[in-house]
Amino acid sequence: MILPFFIIIPLLTAFIITLIAGERDNWAVILSIIAVISLVALSVFCFVTLNGRTIVYEMSNWKAPIGIILAVDALSAFMLMIVAVIALTSLMFSVHYIRHLAPSWKYYALFMLLVTGMNGVIATGDLFNMFVFVEITLFAAYSLVAYGCKAEEFEASFKYAIMGSISSTLVLVGIGITYAATSTLTLAKIAEVLQQKDPMVTLWIGGIFLAGFGLKAAIMPFHAWLPDAHSSAPAPISAMLSGVLIKALGVYVLIRLFFNVFGGITIFNEVFVILGTISILVGGFLAMGQWDFKRLLAYSSISQIGYIILGLGLGTWLGVLGAVFHLVNHAIFKSLLFYNAGSLETAFGTRDLRKMGNVAKALPITSFTSMIASLSISGVPPFNGFFSKLIIIIAAIQAGRPVYAFLAAVGSLITLAYYMKVQRFGFHSRNIVPVEKDVISFGMNSAMIILAVLCLATSVLIIPGIREVTLDPIVAVIMNKTGYISQIFGR
Amino acid sequence: MTVYLLCFTLLLVGIYGIITKRDLVRIIISSGIMGYAVNLLIVLFGYKNGSIYAIFIKDTPVSPQMMVDPLPQALVLTSIVIELGTTAMLVALAVRLFEKYQTFDITKIRRLSG
Repeated sequence: MILPFFIIIPLLTAFIITLIAGERDNWAVILSIIAVISLVALSVFCFVTLNGRTIVYEMSNWKAPIGIILAVDALSAFMLMIVAVIALTSLMFSVHYIRHLAPSWKYYALFMLLVTGMNGVIATGDLFNMFVFVEITLFAAYSLVAYGCKAEEFEASFKYAIMGSISSTLVLVGIGITYAATSTLTLAKIAEVLQQKDPMVTLWIGGIFLAGFGLKAAIMPFHAWLPDAHSSAPAPISAMLSGVLIKALGVYVLIRLFFNVFGGITIFNEVFVILGTISILVGGFLAMGQWDFKRLLAYSSISQIGYIILGLGLGTWLGVLGAVFHLVNHAIFKSLLFYNAGSLETAFGTRDLRKMGNVAKALPITSFTSMIASLSISGVPPFNGFFSKLIIIIAAIQAGRPVYAFLAAVGSLITLAYYMKVQRFGFHSRNIVPVEKDVISFGMNSAMIILAVLCLATSVLIIPGIREVTLDPIVAVIMNKTGYISQIFGR
Repeated sequence: MTVYLLCFTLLLVGIYGIITKRDLVRIIISSGIMGYAVNLLIVLFGYKNGSIYAIFIKDTPVSPQMMVDPLPQALVLTSIVIELGTTAMLVALAVRLFEKYQTFDITKIRRLSG
């Protein structure tokens, strides 16, 4: 019974905020923080009480293949948890940052719509319903990218909206063809019907969905919109977009469709491996040439998504484990790095690494947490990024693909190189730049500290006893080819 | 088969427009054309030659086999509304872009690069 609340709570909050908010944004802040805290509690409760089952909720009591269902298994519950936690820190960071930028309740209403859309995509068990929630998320994202009302932001938002409309069109074509081939839109039923169909049908549908959702996940040939959109948005929104949106809309949907519905076809896994490796290398090289901090982080997102896609494409237990682990790690440290960028922008008024200086003295917490995040993302032990990258590389060797393992290791070195560049030229340069005292509020600092602690804390997920209750059920959901169907229909 | 090919051609016209046109308004119209093509495609999937609309009327006996599939039409209604929203959003962005740059030409709207 708790499933609809993942959608009701943020949607209702967005609605109430628009109703009661006045000139000041106090009520909007309070309401949205209460909503997101309750989402955190709900999703943790959901994940803990799941025990490998799938919770199914039938909307209006229409039974599964006919009506629209919501279905949450270990993978969905885990994603819901990531969305809620990152949204909470993002809101904590927003309060002061948005008052600095352009205070308005509209920001919080749109933010809650963004959360609604992502929760809906993750919780739904129906293909067209998923499309509708994707569109809700993207609408909120377009307007939030343009929130600062600067020329560049409108430009980025326009590009993002055009790319989004192309990808949505492709997805809609895919949905049409799926319906024509299977006469149903419930994901589990589609999976069941496709097993008896010609494999060519699955290949066609899969190809179209790969292009559509690949655009949203920003895998390499489809990445062009990401650096503009993610670097132009306000910092907490960049953190939401890079940290969870491309995972909820892109990677999660790809996992759900290609592993649970299409049953893990070898040729798509091969495509994932190749595209993932290309993303790692090209994203890394492009990031190395950037001086704009947020643009560098955006390119780095492409590269890190490449690791997740590579791990998934390997298709082995270990590879998928690495991919899931890297997914949560990337959500944490990339959001943290975007908060760092936001706090630097607030303090120095620039994102150019060359114009920063004496950060360690002026903003000690920003400097320290950015050091932790940089070490995590470049894969230095004992931080979480080291373990997930190590697992993916070991999985590639075990799957008999030493070339990809080598390329992934090279990608990790490139990552280390450009975060060294950030630390050397940005945070520890010899420039002396005047900074006002106390521009970074308590909320911003605590958001950064929470995520920095999580960077270290999530590395315990790899300890066998803890892994068995957290990551293993998720990998089991992804690897079990028929489990999804039987769980949904309760057989 | 011909109708599907024509639908696909319409889709290609839309994508061609988005890729090659330099004017913001034309790009928005092209994205609209692309949307129409997909809606048409989905309605066609539910269409049967010589069938009737899917409404039961009193005193007129019709069997469900004679009806078109109503679900694609419901989907298309939803997707038309979504497209309306997208178009409105794109037009609003184009207006604000015009205020900032005094032009609709995308080759002149390029402060972001690299």
